[in-house]
Amino acid sequence: MQDSDRLIRWLIVLGAVCLALFPLAGSTFYLQLLTKIMIMAIFAMSLDLIVGYTGLVSLGQSAYFGFAAYMLALASPKGAAASLWLTLPGALAATAALSLAIGLLVLRTAGIYFIMVTLAFAQMLYYLFHDTGLGGGSDGIYIHVRPSLALGDFNPVNLADHTHFYYLVFALMLGAYLLLRAVIASPFGRVLVAIRENPVRVRSLGFQVFNYKLGAFVLAGTLAGLAGYLSACQFGFVNPEILSWHYSGIVLMMLLLGGMGRLYGAVIGAFAFILVQELFSLEALFGDFARRWQLSMGVFIVLVVLLLPRGLSDLVERLGRGAAKRAAG
Amino acid sequence: MTEPVLVATGLTRQFGGLTAVAGVSLELAHGVVHAVIGPNGAGKSTLANMLAGELRPSAGSIRYAGREISQLSADRRSRMGIGRSYQTTNVVRDFSALENCRLAAQSREPHAFNWLRSARSYRGIVEAAERSLEAVGLAQRAAVPAGHLSHGEQRQLEIAMCLATRPRVLLLDEPLAGMGAEESVSMIELLRAIAAEHAVLLIEHDMDAVFALAGVLTVMASGAVLDSGEPARVRANPAVQEAYLGEYDA
Ligand SMILES: Nc1ncnc2c1ncn2[C@@H]1O[C@H](COP(=O)(O)OP(=O)(O)OP(=O)(O)O)[C@@H](O)[C@H]1O
Ligand SMILES: [Mg+2]
Repeated sequence: MQDSDRLIRWLIVLGAVCLALFPLAGSTFYLQLLTKIMIMAIFAMSLDLIVGYTGLVSLGQSAYFGFAAYMLALASPKGAAASLWLTLPGALAATAALSLAIGLLVLRTAGIYFIMVTLAFAQMLYYLFHDTGLGGGSDGIYIHVRPSLALGDFNPVNLADHTHFYYLVFALMLGAYLLLRAVIASPFGRVLVAIRENPVRVRSLGFQVFNYKLGAFVLAGTLAGLAGYLSACQFGFVNPEILSWHYSGIVLMMLLLGGMGRLYGAVIGAFAFILVQELFSLEALFGDFARRWQLSMGVFIVLVVLLLPRGLSDLVERLGRGAAKRAAG
Repeated sequence: MTEPVLVATGLTRQFGGLTAVAGVSLELAHGVVHAVIGPNGAGKSTLANMLAGELRPSAGSIRYAGREISQLSADRRSRMGIGRSYQTTNVVRDFSALENCRLAAQSREPHAFNWLRSARSYRGIVEAAERSLEAVGLAQRAAVPAGHLSHGEQRQLEIAMCLATRPRVLLLDEPLAGMGAEESVSMIELLRAIAAEHAVLLIEHDMDAVFALAGVLTVMASGAVLDSGEPARVRANPAVQEAYLGEYDA
């Protein structure tokens, strides 16, 4: 047990080192692909906090991702850079407020009803942006210039530079991981896990379960907002699709694929999902079938879930246990 | 007798057409074990659930610490000092024994916790958790996941979790259920020690435990109180003998 934990820790460090060194070797195409994956990893980790750790299955996480992305788009002046120092905290605060308001309502329900109402709120937001002129309707809005980190003349990180942007996203993904890890080990996080396992007991021990769930919901929404903000930066474009329920579904599938309730599972899931998607859509490999990558993707996910019910990270843990046994024996 | 800590009057609970508890009144006093016995389905657990706040009474009142609490939530009552254990073991199975108690002890801290500081690093809480494990004799098993403990040990853990919340009142729903003879003896000793410092409601089918511990005995049948008072007297009541104790040869 201890040894497999140690192995996993080393694998995480190794993965982080590889990602840190990647820009020295990789092409722009892969740099951008990895940037996109790391943004999705932040998104998937945010969902893991409520689905994997607190036991609340949400189908509306795209609401917070998309909302923060729209906040950046709406705050960006045409043809000039917005300041990241203003727009990022602003977008996150607005997203936190939104998830607080929605959380206060949806957390009164449980189980299948919770899934339905989280979905309903995300759809409301989708139609708000789709059917009104608020954010350019169904066409969306362009962000012509990426936000800037400049403080006066001092501009250490230039987000228009692919490598700089890559490192910013990398640092934020690492930060989100370490933040969530600390939160989960804290007294607050321990209560969340206990709520997932045994909510009745947690309540009879004197905890106000609702408040704990709300805390987790808002933190998760805010982190999803961070991912949405970064995604809007990367693509320079927002449209209502990023609020839609199938975006929430994709991130949930990443979590299933990687394994819930372990954080690094969310990261593995984001990498696996997008890399496999890229693979299946390679015409050189799959010919005409490449255009129907969703089909191959579906088969892949079904296979993983059948063979590894606890996701791909289960594979890593089994390897860890095997290695530990060999070392002991 | 000392001033009662908790007074329930006319507690009633209906489930649809069924009256599970019908006008039950009882008092719990510091240092006294108030045992409640009765055949299966008599309404004992429903009574405990109403006192703990997990079920709202259809009628009746519960006074505790000078106020009416029958409409307060379960978590509120727990924070006011009413602790409980469950008829079927109810622990966090993935957590170690120590972590279960740490969770319980943590619930008593009035301040908010630092979200970035490890739960293990709060010395006071860890020590309180260790003391409660010590008290029930589980100190050696602190690191074992609760789900891997034996049935008897899980019952002890539940008591330890209650103690870690520093309650004034303990509502124990069949703490000896499913325990072996030897385990029962040590559990009775444990409950005796606990009773000196708490007001205890003890629901139990084990008559040895009941007569060893009870200062007051209430017998329930079909939701109502058949008799209540000094154990030796209640035991001799022919109605009680007929309804329940007939099965028990002392
Ligand atoms: N949530 C519920 N919904 C409907 N009926 C219930 C509910 N809980 C209990 N009852 C019914 O109320 C009656 C009293 O049940 P209760 O569990 O309080 O009995 P008990 O005295 O604890 O019995 P036992 O000794 O078997 O634990 C039973 O007839 C039971 O079926
Ligand atoms: Mg019962």
